Amino acid sequence: MKQIVTLLCLAFFASVPMWLTDPYLLNALITTGIFIIGAMSLNLLLGFTGQLSLGHIAFFGIGAYVSALTSLGFDVPIYGDFHIVHVPWPPIAGFLLAIVISGFCGYLVGRLSFSVRGAYFVIVTISFAEVVRLVALNWVELTQGPLALTNIPSITIGLPGLGYLVLKTKFHNYYLVLAVAAISYFLISRLVHSHYGRAMRGLMENETLAVAVGIDVTKTLTLAAVISAGIAGAAGSLYAHYIRIIDPDVFAFISTVTMVIMVVSGGKGSLAGPVVGGVIFGLLPVFLRPIMPPEAQWITYGVVLIVILFVMPRGIVPSLAAKLGLARAGGTRRASVAVSERTAEEHA
Amino acid sequence: MAETVLSIEHVAVHFGGLVAISDMNFHVNKGEIVSLIGPNGAGKTTAFNVMTGFLTPAKGAVNYCGADLKGKKPHEIADLGLIRTFQRTSVFPNDTVYDNVLIGLHRQGELKGKLGLAEAILGLPRARASEKAQRARAAELVRWIGLEARANDLAGSLSYGEQRLVGVALALAAQPKMLLLDEPVSGMNASETHTFVQLIRNIRDRGVTILLVEHDMPMVMSVSDRIVVLNYGRIIAEGPPDEIRKNPAVIEAYLGQGAKDVVKEVAVHA
Repeated sequence: MKQIVTLLCLAFFASVPMWLTDPYLLNALITTGIFIIGAMSLNLLLGFTGQLSLGHIAFFGIGAYVSALTSLGFDVPIYGDFHIVHVPWPPIAGFLLAIVISGFCGYLVGRLSFSVRGAYFVIVTISFAEVVRLVALNWVELTQGPLALTNIPSITIGLPGLGYLVLKTKFHNYYLVLAVAAISYFLISRLVHSHYGRAMRGLMENETLAVAVGIDVTKTLTLAAVISAGIAGAAGSLYAHYIRIIDPDVFAFISTVTMVIMVVSGGKGSLAGPVVGGVIFGLLPVFLRPIMPPEAQWITYGVVLIVILFVMPRGIVPSLAAKLGLARAGGTRRASVAVSERTAEEHA
Repeated sequence: MAETVLSIEHVAVHFGGLVAISDMNFHVNKGEIVSLIGPNGAGKTTAFNVMTGFLTPAKGAVNYCGADLKGKKPHEIADLGLIRTFQRTSVFPNDTVYDNVLIGLHRQGELKGKLGLAEAILGLPRARASEKAQRARAAELVRWIGLEARANDLAGSLSYGEQRLVGVALALAAQPKMLLLDEPVSGMNASETHTFVQLIRNIRDRGVTILLVEHDMPMVMSVSDRIVVLNYGRIIAEGPPDEIRKNPAVIEAYLGQGAKDVVKEVAVHA
């Protein structure tokens, strides 16, 4: 049942470029799609382990820079006459390297910061993103600083027997983003339904008990951070090769906030949540732009967010699932009944 | 001589200036059911926390199956098969009973080798077989503990007594060689307690050594092979239930100085 719905949604998304020809809307869909991939990766941390990373855009940006630099090449003086020279590689290598290096950064941040939790973890991640942004801004020899990296080549894929295909058009990029999003969704889904995912849920709900049945906290959380960061890096790489120009603004804090909004409004801890939240808050500005002035757009954006969270505090997907009586909804209702009965007994 | 599974040697725990445990020595033999009792604040839960790595003792050592547990993290100790339950937060409240037990099966789920993660994500045969085995085992444990009818309810929605049972099922899922139960029958009524005593004996008969902390004296007396009595962080008595029942130091610890004479009189008149 659930799988059929997922496949129908995928089929619908796949059909969009067939009937939607407006390049402006297609562009909005592509960038939204890229951010949805980022939001899905954030959801793995926030929704399934309960750790809020407010520097998530760092992994996205690192992915973007790594991928861009790999495919553009660079010549960086390190000390005196010593230079590190890198000749351009094909963009697809940049895409893979982006995943690996972002994942590695996720490992470092995880190792360093999972000994602290809650607010401390949030602060460590914010600081990490800020440091990375400052490096991108000031290491001009490598990143061109505020002058931006330009002319980033489009991703090229080799088709066996058919030669090469340069993914230059919006039509191509849409399918590329959709493919990466679908693969990420599948990976995250498999992960959270495996015993690794159960370990994450256990830690989120009752860490002491989880530890007592043999779950290794640091290992489990670091694993989630690595995979989350790797997927965010993939999204960053797609962004770099689609927009074809990146500057340190890619690390803007507001982008992390956008991802958090997508996850929380859609429903954290639900696989489809970031997709639903992402479609709404990714496309809302696009639809508001022609009908109201800029100030009113942001006010409306805020109002929509507040209304959603007020009506559906757990997020759209879990709340709708509960309304439709799917899955765990029944249990939750019974839980509240049992609790109120227990309180009644205690008062009696 | 019976094989010693767990031995506590000269363990001391201080919280700042407060001495929670001053000098604790006792051991548990393989296949025994031992109870650790004492008035509130005697240091029973603290002792559990030391044994399972949640607290580091200021002095002394804990040996489990010949290995010194010093410096080991709680999850590493769990990996050795020394599993505990908790007094209050004994379940994962937002998961179903069945999922609770599945989380408890974590250790069984770990595939040997470095590629376990890739296998799990790609759903390769070994991971699929392991997942299937875990689900079968979880269903079996839920049935064994007698919560089949509640399997799909959220653990947080169960009564305290039932949550205790889920806690035990969880602990059993982690494949213990030795089980530490922290006040397992608190919140249970008399008949539930009676059933639970049977359950503990069943677990022991499966080859699991049991150490429990409990306040319910009739339960402790009926289930234990041996009792260790703790007061003000030191052991004041140790022995089989019948000896402990008559031990003046124990009576004094529980009922106060004056009670000794009363108890003696009762004994004389009885």
